[in-house]
This record gives sequence, C-alpha cells and structure tokens, in this order.
Amino acid sequence: MTISAPHALSVWKRNASMYARTWKLNLLPNFFEPVFYLMAIGVGVGAYIEEMGGVSYVQFLAPGLICVAAMNGASFEVTYNIYVRMSFENVYEAMLTTPVQPDDVLTGEVLWAVTRATIYGGVFFLVIALYGLAPMPGALLALPVVPLTGLLFAMIGVTYTLRVPTMDFFSFYFTLFLTPLFLFSDVFFPIEERLGGVWLLVAEVLPLLHPVRLARSCFSGTLGWISLWDVAYIVGVSFALFGWARRAVGARLIS
Amino acid sequence: MTASVVTLRGVAKCFDGRLAVDGVNLDVPAGSCFGLLGPNGAGKTTTLRMVYGVTQPSAGEIRVFGVDVARDARAVRSRLGVTLQENSLIEPLSPEDNLRIFGRYHLLAEPELSRRVEELMDFLELRSHAGVPVRNLSGGFQRRLSIAMSLMNRPELLILDEPTTGLDPAVRQALWARIRELQAEGTTILLTTHYMDEAERLCDRVAVFAEGRVESEGSPRDLIARHLAAETLELECDEATEAALLSDSGELRKMRAGNRLMVYVDDAASLLERVHGLGGTARPVVRPTNLEDVFLAITGTRIEEAEE
Ligand SMILES: Nc1ncnc2c1ncn2[C@@H]1O[C@H](COP(=O)(O)OP(=O)(O)OP(=O)(O)O)[C@@H](O)[C@H]1O
Ligand SMILES: [Mg+2]
Repeated sequence: MTISAPHALSVWKRNASMYARTWKLNLLPNFFEPVFYLMAIGVGVGAYIEEMGGVSYVQFLAPGLICVAAMNGASFEVTYNIYVRMSFENVYEAMLTTPVQPDDVLTGEVLWAVTRATIYGGVFFLVIALYGLAPMPGALLALPVVPLTGLLFAMIGVTYTLRVPTMDFFSFYFTLFLTPLFLFSDVFFPIEERLGGVWLLVAEVLPLLHPVRLARSCFSGTLGWISLWDVAYIVGVSFALFGWARRAVGARLIS
Repeated sequence: MTASVVTLRGVAKCFDGRLAVDGVNLDVPAGSCFGLLGPNGAGKTTTLRMVYGVTQPSAGEIRVFGVDVARDARAVRSRLGVTLQENSLIEPLSPEDNLRIFGRYHLLAEPELSRRVEELMDFLELRSHAGVPVRNLSGGFQRRLSIAMSLMNRPELLILDEPTTGLDPAVRQALWARIRELQAEGTTILLTTHYMDEAERLCDRVAVFAEGRVESEGSPRDLIARHLAAETLELECDEATEAALLSDSGELRKMRAGNRLMVYVDDAASLLERVHGLGGTARPVVRPTNLEDVFLAITGTRIEEAEE
C-alpha cells in the first residue's frame, strides 16, 4: 500500500472544513491560555525568582510554553478526536468506500494534527512576541520547532490511540504521560541543574525535552551540537512511529 | 452471456473462528440489479464489504470489473459507490458541504465538483434543505443524502446496503424510481434488503443467504417457481384443524407462524371451498405466492433459527 498525497490531503481538508466553521470560537481561548500562564507563573511566581538559566523567569518560561501549546494542540486531535471519528462517527468507514486508503487516512490525520499544533503554538508565539519576550530575529528560528513538536506528539498520540480498546484510556495518557512531561521537561526549571550523572541521560528519552531545549536555544541564540541531536530525536522518533502506525491503522480499519 | 461486474469464487470469511461467509460463489451481470437477501447475521454486509475491499476474505477470490480487489482496492473503489447500512454523515454540516467533502475523497476538483453536487441535489431532491445542518434533517432526507454521496463519482457499480430500511412509503417509492433510472443508464446495482416486495420489484436476480451460504439464487420469479406452488392460501387455524383440513390433500408445502397457516397449491379453489366448509373463524385469503414465502421457506419462520 502506498500513500497518495492527494487522497491524504482530502482527509486533511475534511478536518480543515470542520475547523474553518468554528475557528473564531476555537482560536479565542488560544489567545488567553498563554496570557494566563505568563501572568500567573511567569510574572507572579517569577517575581520571587531572581533569574533562571541566565534570564528573567518569564523569559525562561516563554519558549517552553510554546512547545507545550503545540503538544496539547496535536494531542487532543489525535486522541479524543480521532477516536470519536473512528468509533462513533464512522468517518473512516465512509472514507474507505472511496479510493482513500488507511495509509492516506493516517497521513491526512497526522498532517491535520500538525496543522492544529501549528495554530496553537503559533498563536502562543504571537502573544509572547507581543509581550516583547521573543528576542528578534533569533526567536523566529523557533517557529519551525512548532510543527516539529506537533509531528512528534501527533505520532506518539496516534500510536497510542490505535492501540486502546476504549476511550477511558485517554485519561491515563493525559494525566500519567502528558502532565508529567509538561512538569518535568525543562519547561519550568532547567533539569540539567536538578539532575545528575546517569539521570541526565535517562531524561533524554522524554519527548518534550527536545523541542523545549531546541526552542530555548533559538530564543537565546545558543544553537549547537545538542540542537542537532534534538532535531534528530524528533524526526527519528516520529518516522519510526509512523512506520508502526501504518501497520496498526491497516489492521484497525480493515477487518 | 453478459460479462460479470462482480465475481465471487469460493469466498469465505472467518471472524474469531466462526464462519460469517462460507464458500460463496456469485456472478453479478453487468447492468443488472442484484439483491442479497437473508436474515440478520446471514453475512450480507460482510459479503459487500469484501466486494469493495475493506474486509479481506479468509479464502476465495473476488474480482470487480475484472480486477482482483485484494490487489488494487484503490482502482476498484474509484469506479464504485457504496451506501453503508448506517449513515455516516457530518452532522453539523449541510447536505451541500457533506457532498463537497465526500467528492474530494474522489479527488473531484472545481468546477466538476460543484457541477456534480448540483446534479445530485436535483437527482435526490435535496435542494429544499441544501443549507440546513444534517442533524436537523429527517431520516428519509439523510438516507437520500447518503445515497447521493455514493453517486459522487458516477459509479459503474452501486452497492446499497439496506437502502430503504426505516423509510416511509413515499420516500421508498422515490428511491426505487431513482435506482431504476440509474440502472437504465447502465449502472450495475448490488443491494441488500429485508423487504421482499422491494427485492421483487427492483431485482433481476436475488441470492438468498442463510448462515453465510447462498441457499438459492435466481430471478425472483424463478425462485418462486422453483420452491413453491403458484398460489398461497392463508388462514387462521390450529394444528388439529389443519390435520383435518389437509388429511386427504396429499403432500402440500405449508408453513406455520403461530396460528397463521400458509398452504401452497397450484389451484387454491377446491381447498378454499373446504375451508369455507369449516365455517367462521378461518379468515382465508388466496394470493399469488411471493418472494417472502420463498424467503421463509428457505430460511425458516422461527426467530431462533434466524438468530443462530
Ligand atoms: N468485524 C467483525 N468481527 C466479528 N464478527 C463480525 C464482524 N462483522 C460481522 N461479524 C459477524 O458476522 C456475521 C454476519 O454479519 P453481517 O453484518 O454480514 O450480517 P448481515 O447479513 O449484514 O446482517 P443484517 O441483516 O443484520 O445487517 C454476524 O454473525 C456478525 O456478528
Ligand atoms: Mg447488514
């Protein structure tokens, strides 16, 4: 089975048409969420913190939160939304009466999740830039990190979704996987200063760590060899999972 | 002999060690309307799904348009349309938007996409509510929309899984007329139905499924002639009265559902006279034997039989 780009795009367009109808409603909360985080934690908690990683706390926080926004955008799409389309709305059953194949469904859905993540992360970036927290032009290098974060978490999430028997399993995914990632992936404090020795190497498996470190390096103008490792991790894990998900989606949609 | 659009040879499908379809051979002639009949769970939907390639047969071979479905499902599906047993519509969107989105799965682009949407809104009379969210529309309207969607790509083969279940008589009549029009234009139709009057009216040939096997196949008329006598005498009577009534009529095909007895005879006149002789409560009716009688004769009248 080969992937057909036009058919994958028709799947993407289905979701885009749905989103286009309600984008105003969807986008508005997107603007407020970063503002709340920056106010409460960046400015509020930050007032008690001299500096972190060599910058003010709110500046430390900003790039990581962009990645978190992208992570959340992709994750909701590939978990709850895909599951509902698959199991309750029979969307894929209808698609598979046309030349669209399971591989195209997977590709289109992942592309859409990346789009959604890019919208979330992009809005966050905009708010942060308006606050003057994004040093220009260097911070612009962080923009490509947003879809990369989306891709990584779309792939992790869809891999999980294709395995779960019921929707109840998503609460595990969010509270036992995404929440700890959010708290312990360099977003709120530099883990390299908290962890030592072998634990620092173990922490490298955390998926959110890589986009956050990458985005922060872009903001601070300190891209280096480790950034290359971060990109390699994101791309490598995404493609490995894509290969696995292709087999799983075939088994799930074709009986 | 006309070419077959769909050919099944020795097709079987096993779900968890249980055969849902068991050694089916079928030929659907080009331009015909072919009906799959059978009780709930007989394997009709599974057979259709194998024809368009979303269920893979455990054994056997399926060719559609001469192409092996297992090899090139994409090519096969670009030339056919499917109306699923359960509608799958985008509820917040209008019929027009639903058609448009579905057309894109077939890679239809403007201006062809809009032209096709317009044509189908006329063909299935969707124009009155073209802009209303689908969730606010009646079951009949939603069903018409589902059928319209399966016609987006001008299919050579139209697969309809219970197209008229749950629809009112007017909508059913309208859909039958549309199906006949499509057939007149050369579309081959493969449908399932639980309504024997529908099958008799629409189908050139039918196959009666029971427990995954084709028990009988042919034109509705042939099937009736093959299995039962031409006339049916229906009456209310208990088993004792039945024995008395039919004691010297020789071997007759008959069927009982509760207190209702159906007797199949070539000429019902003499038997009817004897029923009148019984007096009052039999309420006899004589009618031509129909496909429903044949269906019940093949698949049984007891619900337990049908279920398991
Ligand atoms: N994906 C599946 N997994 C397991 N069993 C299945 C699956 N799909 C169908 N079956 C079983 O296969 C048998 C045939 O089902 P099918 O849906 O083909 O029947 P049908 O003739 O279409 O019935 P109905 O008239 O109720 O629509 C049933 O016993 C059904 O439970
Ligand atoms: Mg069925």
